[in-house]
Amino acid sequence: MEYSWDFGPVLERFDMLALGLLNTVKIAAVSIVLGVLVGLVLAMMRLSPRRWLSVPALVFIEFYRNTPPIVHFFWFFYALPVMLAVSLDPYAAAVLALSTQSGAFYAEVFRGGIVSIERGQWEGGRALGMTHAALMRRVIVPQAISRMVPPFIERSFELLKTTALASTLAYADLLYQAMMVNAETFRPLEVYTTIALMYLVLLVTASQLARLAEARLTAYQ
Amino acid sequence: MTAHPILDVRGLHKRFGDHHVLKGIDFTVEPGERVAIIGGSGSGKSTFLRCLNFMEVLSEGEIRLDGTRIGLERKGTVTYPEKQLCQVRERLGMVFQQFNLFPHMSVLDNVMEGLVTVKGLPKPEARRIAEAELAKVGLTDKHSAWPGRLSGGQQQRVAIARALSMQPEILLFDEPTSSLDPELVGEVLRVIKQLAEEKRTMLLVTHELGFAYHFATKVIFLADGVFHEVGTPDEVLKTPSKPRTQDFLRRFGEFAF
Ligand SMILES: Nc1ncnc2c1ncn2[C@@H]1O[C@H](COP(=O)(O)OP(=O)(O)OP(=O)(O)O)[C@@H](O)[C@H]1O
Ligand SMILES: [Mg+2]
Repeated sequence: MEYSWDFGPVLERFDMLALGLLNTVKIAAVSIVLGVLVGLVLAMMRLSPRRWLSVPALVFIEFYRNTPPIVHFFWFFYALPVMLAVSLDPYAAAVLALSTQSGAFYAEVFRGGIVSIERGQWEGGRALGMTHAALMRRVIVPQAISRMVPPFIERSFELLKTTALASTLAYADLLYQAMMVNAETFRPLEVYTTIALMYLVLLVTASQLARLAEARLTAYQ
Repeated sequence: MTAHPILDVRGLHKRFGDHHVLKGIDFTVEPGERVAIIGGSGSGKSTFLRCLNFMEVLSEGEIRLDGTRIGLERKGTVTYPEKQLCQVRERLGMVFQQFNLFPHMSVLDNVMEGLVTVKGLPKPEARRIAEAELAKVGLTDKHSAWPGRLSGGQQQRVAIARALSMQPEILLFDEPTSSLDPELVGEVLRVIKQLAEEKRTMLLVTHELGFAYHFATKVIFLADGVFHEVGTPDEVLKTPSKPRTQDFLRRFGEFAF
């Protein structure tokens, strides 16, 4: 049986897909920024010698590492509103799910970067009379950042792909818009091929940008 | 000038868990003294040096710098406020076996770092001092190099310049040539020798016994967690009185004085 490809009806509705792509980028960008903030707080808690700070952070991180991402989306969309007696729109619920998930993973990236710095660096700075804060700011963090870049980028790509789960909450991301176009055109092969290519272009572009950033941040190595 | 000890160590003990490394050390350093510390591997030479600038917390004992007791004693327990330790470390420069330069900063920035961040000097002034220190160790042409691109000998000289930049009252060297290829040892020892000629107060942990002989005004043989034998270079290295010291020196074989 010969299938006759026809992208026409899909391309006629390309504006719907473009909007979806825009929403995907938007939710990813917002979640990365919030995820970084969550990750920084969790990483500082994890690095703290005080157990009442480090243990809750560890529990939070392990919870996220050991549960499926889609459950977090459902929990924020269907469960949290019951608890708080307020309703969250799909966008807010998806952002909460994505930024807490990525925050848990970013925390491990940040912590890993800090603890990977050799003891000699701490000692070199301490021997000069630097305070802990100054050492962190001038010596440890700048070096840790360049080591965090590759895993950070990898995590951000995961997040970008996970945004597709927001479609299950009827958030108008690229996948959701594709489902809408499909409902109108009954051309699943063309629709989903098109958005696969759009995701591909998005991720390849992002990885090129990331490579540039990485080269700048690791210049001394 | 009546020499009073610049550094005064009393009853120093250091334990790592059950491992009792330093077992009650009393020690003073007068201005201008150059002390070489020798001893077997794992005898606690590094630990002793690191206790002096509080890179290791003392298990027992007290240290006075210029007569001032370091640490606050209250109801039998001693605490070490960060601010005080930073001031102490500023006054005791340290040079490590592994250099510990900051790889993300240029050579010049490495030497300026303490001046700017710790002493709070304006950059132009810090730069002037750093350039002078680098000239002194013979690295005028390496200002903008990354430390990772330098030879071990050059890195160690940068590390010495970095320590000197802070104008420390005492310099602590922990086996500064042990991680260097043999052909690079000389250039570092020459710099240390030059510092000796300037009558700087220095403590040097080393396995270079020949160098220690010429360098030091006092030699300490550390064994079993105590200063087993202390004396002039001639006394300790040429005519040691303790069998343990004689044994140690014999195992090092002939070294040229
Ligand atoms: N942070 C630490 N925790 C536990 N044990 C330690 C620590 N630092 C040193 N030690 C132990 O203390 C002892 C003395 O170590 P130290 O490094 O001071 O010896 P050293 O005389 O400098 O030896 P080397 O000549 O090999 O440098 C060793 O047995 C070592 O294993
Ligand atoms: Mg040692």
